[in-house]
Amino acid sequence: MHELSIAASIVEAVTETAANYPGSTVKEVRLRLGALSDVVEDSLRFCWELTVEGTPLAGAALIVTSIPVVVHCARCNDDVELEGVQSFRCPRCGEPAADLRQGKELEIESIEIDDHCMEQSSEEQMRDRARRGEQ
Amino acid sequence: MTTRIVELRRGILKKNDELAAGLRARYTEAGVLVLNLVSSPGTGKTAFLERTLRELKLSGARAAALVGDLETDNDARRLAASGAPVRQINTHGICHLDAEMIGKHLDGWEGVELDQLDYLFIENVGNLVCPSSYDLGEKVRVALLSVTEGEDKPLKYPTLFNSADAAVITKIDIAEPCGFDRATALGNIHEIRPGIRIFETSAKTGAGMAEWLNYLAEERAKRIDG
Repeated sequence: MHELSIAASIVEAVTETAANYPGSTVKEVRLRLGALSDVVEDSLRFCWELTVEGTPLAGAALIVTSIPVVVHCARCNDDVELEGVQSFRCPRCGEPAADLRQGKELEIESIEIDDHCMEQSSEEQMRDRARRGEQ
Repeated sequence: MTTRIVELRRGILKKNDELAAGLRARYTEAGVLVLNLVSSPGTGKTAFLERTLRELKLSGARAAALVGDLETDNDARRLAASGAPVRQINTHGICHLDAEMIGKHLDGWEGVELDQLDYLFIENVGNLVCPSSYDLGEKVRVALLSVTEGEDKPLKYPTLFNSADAAVITKIDIAEPCGFDRATALGNIHEIRPGIRIFETSAKTGAGMAEWLNYLAEERAKRIDG
């Protein structure tokens, strides 16, 4: 039920970054969510629609990459991926494994933006060139 | 128009994580062991904490508590009967405590100086899901489970149990009439968090409290003095 807070945190972070590109539109937000992040994707998507409304992120797509849990198995001396989050044992040898190496990710990986500034500046350049040509 | 990818690679809860890191540094400097107690509503966090505060006071330790609830200061009033300083945090609908709320309530807490405390307990909002994502700067996260809740709760809420440093089973005085399957419950906790310390307690009879208080003293010595 905290997906609304999560969505708000994403909007805040992305808005901050997008402000470095004035006039740009955010097209896509890419997230990495670990199996232990405790974020329900469907619930986040529902909250996303509500949260982005009226912000510079309105209409932006949310792309989620799910990250499985990886633990370090002391017996195998290797990092091994778990199939789920119901048993923290090495799937190869059955040894209990508490040493978590991956799976808690709750990250914004990247955003895709349409940079209108570049467009304006190139249009301006063309206009300038045209003006010079007329003279 | 150009399309560009801007790499962010930042935690969604970065702001909370940064505030929590600041709190952690503050706790360490003050020499106070901070514990975050998390469970479902009705597990008996408040009764367990009440007994813990009372026994710590008897042993001469200095402890205080911050207690989170959506509404009411009922828990703070209950806990204050132990004689320890207690401050209520009302989240007004928010399902978890976050580092900002903790910081705000530590500031201007009348009569409480962190460096005058041995232990600070944070009783989180009753919820086994959301609190697991929010670091409060605590040294020890405690997951509580009562004998009335079902032995498979650790499997149903693996994230919280996996992120815990210690587990407490409450209400063991009524384990038998509840048909509590002890071996299954302990097995499930270990399945999700191998090697975790588990305390089987009753706030009513005091069972298991001595072991729990020893653990607190050990953790304090290990993490603060050592």
